[in-house]
Amino acid sequence: MGKIASSSQKNGAGFMGWLNARLPVTQFYKDHLSEYYAPKNFNFWYFFGSLALLVLVNQILTGIWLTMHYKPDAAQAFGMVEYIMRDVPWGWLIRYLHTTGASAFFIVIYFHMFRGLLYGSYKKPRELVWIFGMIIYLVLMAEAFLGYVLPWGNMSYWGAKVITQLFGAVPWIGDSLVEWVRGDYLISDATLNRFFALHVVALPLAIVALVVLHIAALHTVGSNNPEGVDIKKHKDENGKPLDGIPFHPYYTVKDIFGVGMFLLIFLFIVFVKPDMGGLFLEHDNYVPANPAVTPEHIKPVWYFTPFYAMLRAVPDMQLGALIMLLAIVVLFFLPWLDRSPVKSIRYRRWPFKVMLSLFAVTFVILGWLGMQGATELYKLMAQVLTAFYFFYFAWLFFYSRNEKYHEVPERIEDH
Amino acid sequence: MKKIVFILISLMTTSWVSAAGGGGAVGEKAHTNIRSVDSLRNGAKTYMNYCMGCHSMAYQRYNRVAEDLGLTEDEMMNGLVLTDAKFSDKMVIAMTPEQSSAWFNKAVAPDLTVIAKARGVDWLFNFLINFYVDPTRPSGWNNLTFENAGMPHILWELQGIRTANFEMHTDEEGNEHKEFKGFETVQAGLLSEKEYKDLARDLVNFLDYSSEPAQLIRMAYAPWVLLFVSLFTFLAYMLKVNYFRDIH
Repeated sequence: MGKIASSSQKNGAGFMGWLNARLPVTQFYKDHLSEYYAPKNFNFWYFFGSLALLVLVNQILTGIWLTMHYKPDAAQAFGMVEYIMRDVPWGWLIRYLHTTGASAFFIVIYFHMFRGLLYGSYKKPRELVWIFGMIIYLVLMAEAFLGYVLPWGNMSYWGAKVITQLFGAVPWIGDSLVEWVRGDYLISDATLNRFFALHVVALPLAIVALVVLHIAALHTVGSNNPEGVDIKKHKDENGKPLDGIPFHPYYTVKDIFGVGMFLLIFLFIVFVKPDMGGLFLEHDNYVPANPAVTPEHIKPVWYFTPFYAMLRAVPDMQLGALIMLLAIVVLFFLPWLDRSPVKSIRYRRWPFKVMLSLFAVTFVILGWLGMQGATELYKLMAQVLTAFYFFYFAWLFFYSRNEKYHEVPERIEDH
Repeated sequence: MKKIVFILISLMTTSWVSAAGGGGAVGEKAHTNIRSVDSLRNGAKTYMNYCMGCHSMAYQRYNRVAEDLGLTEDEMMNGLVLTDAKFSDKMVIAMTPEQSSAWFNKAVAPDLTVIAKARGVDWLFNFLINFYVDPTRPSGWNNLTFENAGMPHILWELQGIRTANFEMHTDEEGNEHKEFKGFETVQAGLLSEKEYKDLARDLVNFLDYSSEPAQLIRMAYAPWVLLFVSLFTFLAYMLKVNYFRDIH
């Protein structure tokens, strides 16, 4: 009798008690929402994590509905998209939510990553959070590329050709690897089929699993904040951080406001300018795939263009592909490249502020260059900026070792 | 391996080759108005009369066009459509690509359903108004906007016959450049210049509509959706402020 009483005290009464005795639902809810203590000073930059989750859900839901009306068949794919746009009730909305969602995903992720750079969120003890995040970014790029091929427009076709050719840069096995990836000697129906399988099943599963790990790792060590102060150092008598507030209701309510702001921009694009003047949906992709006709400018969608500019900046393709790969790989090592004990930019001095700003500007300009035709001047600019991109990390490694910084407060001041 | 490197580098550097052509003069804005039903109807009529001999709209259906342009089945099928197609049919022509290729010097007239998305309305408008006679071309016609286009001037009867004057320049490196110096009318058309441009504008407007029929609904919903989200965001903001009142 006593045993049962204590069990119901622990698990609650009624249905929830029954459920909790079998699956700790209430405990899970407490651990991750109502008793997950987040720093009280989250600012604008902290909206993007939950927004990324929102966009992921949007991509999955609209994606499921798109697959209901699409056939990955080289002879039909282009027409299937037009069928969705015309004959499927609300098909146009579902498709635009998905295509705009793809670009929105990268905008949100780039802001989310930059937040990490600003406030040193990648630093100890959050190295794993950062690494899981980087893997998500990498898989997301693959996912976006595969999805871009599915409408089977001419840019889909030629983009797929150029990107799969990059596997040819792998020494010795390159040529066979390209063939293996394509499932054919050329980009063909076989390629479209496997890209569809990867896009709708394999990579979404991987992304969802990685997001779970990303959040699990975050909730293990707790969230960083704009001050870069560890809120777990100062707790009250119940063990609650003095500068922390429960994620729910405080940040769920705040994030709903963030969602509103995001939706205003997102839905404006969906309803008013879904192709964003050729940036989100490219003009050349409204021409059906044609192996005999090369588009005037082969360029990837905007979110890949910084890396594309790096690839083009190097005269040798093999080296270019390596540089492009390294540009992403180097980010994985950021937690160990930045050796400063101070997390937030607020307490770091001007050299860091200037360099981080230049780094961000470099990335944006590289993105712009990746969209332009390759003139000599642009090529030179891309070379200089690619060099700076890598220089930033080298500089950070040496500079951060003995970096002078402002004193970091013990606690988060009232604001 | 070397072949791949060569292909990639040539793809990525300056040798952009385009069999479809492109570029060219896009001097005049089309100034189309997708909300003008009259303009769309005129455009549809011109399309059925002049373009649909060669150009399909394989993703577009007659009944959808009729619905969006406020036409009855009778007005559409007996007034506009010249074939014995059914109302729910897609707007497909009888000529196959193989026939087109055999009859028109290997040229296959492209499907025009989404051409406005690919080319943009301004380019299409300029293409339609910039034809001139050029005896060196197989069709006898050339185009200022799309040089050496395979398409003859189907609307010549309306616009008239014109020749183009060019001045040749040789630059310091010895390359020859053509400078356009104006058109010269050889035979006047059935329409005045303004009337012809209006016809071209309406036609381009119809092509723009066809490239995305849903844009009519989309634009109509836009203000209401944004108004709703604004209201939602305002309430969310008030709620957030209320919750954070006691957080310092």
